[in-house]
Amino acid sequence: MRKLIVCFAIILLIAAPSYAEVKEYRLPNGLNVLMIEDHKAPLAVFQIWYRVGSRNEPAGKTGLSHLLEHMMFKGTPKYGSKAFSNLVQKYGGTDNAYTTKDYTMYYQRLPSGKIDLSIELEADRMKNLLMDEKETLAERDVVMEERRLRYEDDPQTSLYEEVMAAAFKVYPYRWPVIGWMSDLKGIGRDDLYDYYKKYYSPDNAVIVVSGDINPDELIKKIEAGFSGIKPSPVPRPEITSEEPPQKGQRRVYLKREAELPYMLAVYHAPAFPDEDAYSLEVLAMVLSGGKSGRVYKSLIYEKKIAISAFADYSGLTSGPALFYLGGTASPGRDIGEVERAFHEEIDKIKAGPPSGIEVQKARNQIEASFLMSQDSIYFQAQLTGMYEMAGGWRLKDSYLQGIRKVTPEDIQRVARKYLIEDAGTVGILMPVKENK
Amino acid sequence: MNLMRARKTVKAALILSIAFLIFGSPSAALEIKRKTLADGLTLLHVKRDNLPVVMVTLLLKASPLDEPADRAGLAYLTATLLTEGTKSRTSSEISEETEFIGASLDAGTNQDYTIVRLSVLKKDINKGFELFSDVLLNPKFSNEEIERKRELIKGSLRQREEEPSYVADRAFKRELYGSHPYGRVVEGSGETLDKINRKEIVNFHKDYYAPNNAILAVVGDVSGEELDGLIKKFFRGWEKAGVPESGHGFEAMKGSRLVRIDKDLTQANILFGGIGIKRDNPDFYAVSVMNYILGGGGFSSRLMRRIRDEMGLAYDVHSFFTSNKEPGYFQVGVQTKNASANTVIEEITAQIKSMKAEGVASGELEDAKAFLTGSFPGKIDTMRKIADFISTVEFYGLGTDYMDRYPAYINSVTPGDIKRVAAKYLDLENCVLVVVADQKKADVKDR
Repeated sequence: MRKLIVCFAIILLIAAPSYAEVKEYRLPNGLNVLMIEDHKAPLAVFQIWYRVGSRNEPAGKTGLSHLLEHMMFKGTPKYGSKAFSNLVQKYGGTDNAYTTKDYTMYYQRLPSGKIDLSIELEADRMKNLLMDEKETLAERDVVMEERRLRYEDDPQTSLYEEVMAAAFKVYPYRWPVIGWMSDLKGIGRDDLYDYYKKYYSPDNAVIVVSGDINPDELIKKIEAGFSGIKPSPVPRPEITSEEPPQKGQRRVYLKREAELPYMLAVYHAPAFPDEDAYSLEVLAMVLSGGKSGRVYKSLIYEKKIAISAFADYSGLTSGPALFYLGGTASPGRDIGEVERAFHEEIDKIKAGPPSGIEVQKARNQIEASFLMSQDSIYFQAQLTGMYEMAGGWRLKDSYLQGIRKVTPEDIQRVARKYLIEDAGTVGILMPVKENK
Repeated sequence: MNLMRARKTVKAALILSIAFLIFGSPSAALEIKRKTLADGLTLLHVKRDNLPVVMVTLLLKASPLDEPADRAGLAYLTATLLTEGTKSRTSSEISEETEFIGASLDAGTNQDYTIVRLSVLKKDINKGFELFSDVLLNPKFSNEEIERKRELIKGSLRQREEEPSYVADRAFKRELYGSHPYGRVVEGSGETLDKINRKEIVNFHKDYYAPNNAILAVVGDVSGEELDGLIKKFFRGWEKAGVPESGHGFEAMKGSRLVRIDKDLTQANILFGGIGIKRDNPDFYAVSVMNYILGGGGFSSRLMRRIRDEMGLAYDVHSFFTSNKEPGYFQVGVQTKNASANTVIEEITAQIKSMKAEGVASGELEDAKAFLTGSFPGKIDTMRKIADFISTVEFYGLGTDYMDRYPAYINSVTPGDIKRVAAKYLDLENCVLVVVADQKKADVKDR
């Protein structure tokens, strides 16, 4: 998250085989390369995904993955600090990166004739990062400012942080990607460098390129650029933590300066490609797929108790997944009413499956939204990479088929199975007015 | 994952209230077919067949510039009520029918215009146009829906008070523009929203939602003949109207002002700036290049290099010029921990002074031009982006060949132009500084 933070990740859990055909290559050093041809515009997107995110961080060093992402822009002996983005921009490109709990992704969008630059620069910084001591300290300050901006001074994101810390007591999803402030202060240059040497290795990375490219030509250049980089000899520890079943609801309260009360409830749910993931995705759409979704209709339109409300399922995770419910109370309304209204909607689905038409609508929304998103070469690459991180890019091709199979009874079944009070964590933001 | 999308849906009404940023310009070869229909509607068509989808953007010259100050929010309220009921469909029926075909249909308003957008699969284009024309031509504006929307907007305005950047920006515009419509929040305020009645909404719609006051951009898998047929079929009842003239005296503010707003925050949110340029100002291109070097060019900009990379004092620092129908503004924005506020303000001032006094080095100038021209195709690389972009190009009178001419405009900018526009538009005598912070800790000095 050099410029953007992805709290929940932004992408629809969908795909179909007819567009965006993927070609796969693997280099002897373990680097995996996925390419998608699309010649509609003279542009290409180059992404490199490292299988390392905040869940890999050791205790007391939270925020390491994200700070390392920042340091990746601080130069190598060949290309000094700041040279990376300057060069990309000079070539008419844009670049950025972000870190999640599971992975770290870097990308450039360039005129297609200039995509060789990505290969040169990414290969260089996979191996030769300088990580100057002084630059490290300055960048740590930048990340602390980022934490103040995105978390400390944002009431709803602060609540999200509280809820995650309560919902996971064992699995390393319990701390924020950006890290705790006190941990950030304790991260030094050597921590970062060791982490880099361990995880930034060709056999722990995937390249995804999309757009106006010729894959069979481009792979030769990628080979020339990356094949000299040897896999890291340092072993990467497996994550062995498992979140034990939750027995009893957990509640957290956050009191701070804010305008309106807000609630966020999360329930443990299986991650993709569990069979139930498809049904949970459609359930989220039935509840929250636009203004005709049940949540908008009930809480915002009819009862007028909330100014915003949503349901969401994010199943593209490497570790355990969650189902989310959240809403902001209307001025003068009690947040308890919002929470109760959510429960009523969930209870209705548990009591009787949604209508066939409702489920058809949800499936149509998912399919149309997928098709429209394919107009963006960035999105094509991103979706491929996300599936690859979560278990294999080929899974995306079976996704729409899975969605099409979901029946109203499946939706009722997964609501009953996962949206149970005792397995939920509820966070409430209670505004406190400072006398200023 | 649906969360962001779900949140976007409820916030969709607000997304259009973003200015046409100077840095957000476009191109690559686009074959735009332009014509003016008998009823005065300007039609722009780009055929694309890489995907079976169609993107429609209707731009209406209806904005806060057309509403009385004590009815602020009228243009926005009118736009967002379009999808809340027509003579033959209830609000729920509109969303049910739209969402059943996986389409989206929404409307919003910014400082200069209103936009109604449809995204639809090619196979459902008839249904899509039917819904689109129904909400445009036959909105009901029932009192019940007006009340509901009014309260929703008021609630959302209230919640935005939680965002320090919103609080700062509102104060900034108020100081800079005073009673001019650009000095207001597009959504209005609780007070002005409460005054708006149904008749005023109906009249606003009647006055400004006319074909001769509109630009329709259609991009996607649809031929010219198909499009003509759709327009004949679904826009038949749309009649030319005498659109009222909206005049505003614009008077640039004088002197320098400092606004401090106290909040329990860890960071000072700092905005600094002044009056900028209109979109039709020929200095637009020189200003684009100058701003890129100063603070518009992300990690390549001077402000970012200095305040973020060298001093480690901020995550984000940027500058931009809005360029509107009437004079836009120039703004530098940054957040830093309260205790660093004075240092950062001094550095911003120093960078502006240096730009005015010394201009730019030739290497910097060439890099900026290379980015602005080279990144142009990326601004219009999807059908949605093309539809939105060509409708604003038409609105600001830039011509359908604008994308072809843009590189030459940028490449003609000289170091002398940069110095001249910096001296002219980075005005340190007439400017506004807003600091939203824990004022005790920030201790911002008078300047």
